[in-house]
Amino acid sequence: MQIYVCVKHVPDTAANIKIVGENGFDDAGCKFIANPYDEYAVEQAVQLVEKNGGEVIVVTVGKAVAAATIRAAMAMGAHRGILITVDSQFLDSQTTAQALKVAIEQDGKPDIIFTGKGAVDSEGFQTLYRLAAGMNLPVVNEINKMELGEGKATVGHEIGGGAREVLDVSLPCVLGTTKGLNEPRYPKFPDIMKAKKKEIKQITIADLGISVDGAQSELEKLEKTPDRSGAKMLEGDVRQAVEELVNILKEEEKVI
Amino acid sequence: MATIGILIETEDGNVKDTNFGVLTAARGQGDGTIIALMMDGSADGAKDALGKYGAQKVVQLSADGADLSTSHDLKARTLAAAIEHYSLDALLGLASAQGRDIFARLAAFMNLPLASDCMAVDMAAKTVKKSHFSGKAFATIKMLGKVMLCAIRPNAIDAVEAPADAAMESFAASVQDPGLVKVVEVKKEAADEVDLTEAGVIVTGGRPIASADNYKILDECAKLLGGAIGASRAAVDAGFAPHAMQVGQTGKTVSPRLYIGCGLSGSVQHFAGMKTSKVIVAINTDKDAPIFEKCDYGIIGDLFDVVPVLTEVLKEKL
Ligand SMILES: Cc1cc2nc3c(=O)[nH]c(=O)nc-3n(C[C@H](O)[C@H](O)[C@H](O)COP(=O)(O)OP(=O)(O)OC[C@H]3O[C@@H](n4cnc5c(N)ncnc54)[C@H](O)[C@@H]3O)c2cc1C
Ligand SMILES: Nc1ncnc2c1ncn2[C@@H]1O[C@H](COP(=O)(O)O)[C@@H](O)[C@H]1O
Repeated sequence: MQIYVCVKHVPDTAANIKIVGENGFDDAGCKFIANPYDEYAVEQAVQLVEKNGGEVIVVTVGKAVAAATIRAAMAMGAHRGILITVDSQFLDSQTTAQALKVAIEQDGKPDIIFTGKGAVDSEGFQTLYRLAAGMNLPVVNEINKMELGEGKATVGHEIGGGAREVLDVSLPCVLGTTKGLNEPRYPKFPDIMKAKKKEIKQITIADLGISVDGAQSELEKLEKTPDRSGAKMLEGDVRQAVEELVNILKEEEKVI
Repeated sequence: MATIGILIETEDGNVKDTNFGVLTAARGQGDGTIIALMMDGSADGAKDALGKYGAQKVVQLSADGADLSTSHDLKARTLAAAIEHYSLDALLGLASAQGRDIFARLAAFMNLPLASDCMAVDMAAKTVKKSHFSGKAFATIKMLGKVMLCAIRPNAIDAVEAPADAAMESFAASVQDPGLVKVVEVKKEAADEVDLTEAGVIVTGGRPIASADNYKILDECAKLLGGAIGASRAAVDAGFAPHAMQVGQTGKTVSPRLYIGCGLSGSVQHFAGMKTSKVIVAINTDKDAPIFEKCDYGIIGDLFDVVPVLTEVLKEKL
């Protein structure tokens, strides 16, 4: 099988984000990781290829330093990587999806393209749909169960209200992964060493013939979410504290 | 003058309350025409509820010769046809599990800009505000396309009434399902539960809840408030609660008007999922627990003592 996995290089979710200027952040001063949801995608692809044979190719759109994320996916078992370089910190989903599409089509014929359910930096929740529409493929997001069948995949996901949906998707397809699908492996030292020798093809987005000027949305401003300044502590015995709380929630905050 | 569509979500045939905040956002300065679009439930029954929040038209959508409920691709194509038919300048809806999926399909199909999980919308400036970096930052995004699509986080915008007399209409789109994704089955695992992402009040139990059974204590309290119960990842990983109940960066993102955290330390990853709640209350035995630094009200105490008293007091005072 030929499986492509789209992995984004994102700031560590535990990292402190220092905002710079109107709409940028200090990316040199913050630790980056592979987007957590994309790790389920890499794991799933590697398991499928371990079972059925084939090749796992990681595709990333990002700055040159994003190669580190491709190496991390390779340490998990991916075979090759394609890094599409851009200069900007933020790229709109449509342009990203187009870049992924062209790079994948130039490289080979996918049986499955995996992505994460969403990127934890820009929280777009849409790149995979745009990629699928561009390639005319079916797409299902937030899968947490998957079985491979004859020319199809049977996948499961939550649809809210405690309900689960089971779907049949014809291959090739685009699947967005989320927690519960598998347990992403922790690469061992020899795997990390082996990953260093694997091939990463680096191309610029312009080389793919894609302009970054046609963005449909623009990040105007980035600001820190205001923090709550600390709690008003309710004192007294349990009964007193609770009564005061209920009064406040009812009379002042009007939330109950 | 702008014409703005709202995709209405229903539950058991009734309009969900979370739609009213979306309608309020769509009205903006009040100079647009608001059209409510329904793909399920009964538009007739919804007329009064939607009119109360400013819908001037309620349209029952259907797809020629196909059952809309069977496919999100079909829904997206039907909405695309409605956007053309009514010359919509924007389409707003809820960023529920369904809403996010339908909007993303629609955006991809029509090649339009989409902001998913918005916290605020400025219809005049064509900008939205949404979370970036797991809730650590707010981004203001300018929507440049011809039609803007926004899926709004449930409960993020307060509903304000603005009665209008809604006219009824129906529209049948001639569209077909590409048929590449087939629903095999839908399993309802937990019946009659309030959906966590839509709940107006959430009571969450962390690691010290110590067993699945103990969630009953929280559930009793949550039910009195018309809310739902949630869990931290530590509680989920320990097997006390299903993943569907997890709030946080790797769980659900919620924005209720009241969030009561019982036995939560206040981790960054948990806060990534509930930081935008209107009022946050923490109950914790440790006076130095980090959560007391980032919530609105705190009670130092054992959740097994405090929650039952809270339930009692609520019974008396509500
Ligand atoms: C990549 C990643 C993703 C993550 N995603 C999530 C996520 O989505 N959601 C999430 O919740 N976490 C997530 N976590 C885990 C997170 O970092 C914390 O470990 C977790 O949230 C802690 O859960 P807790 O607050 O229930 O437990 P603890 O940290 O153990 O805190 C328990 C608190 O309860 C207090 N306490 C003890 N007994 C009582 C009692 N009887 N009554 C009242 N208070 C009591 C203690 O003082 C303590 O403050 C993630 C971590 C990582 C690395
Ligand atoms: N720059 C990128 N490079 C590689 N994959 C990406 C990139 N941006 C988004 N993706 C993929 O698309 C998914 C959804 O991203 P988003 O729509 O940005 O939330 C992510 O989980 C990734 O798998």
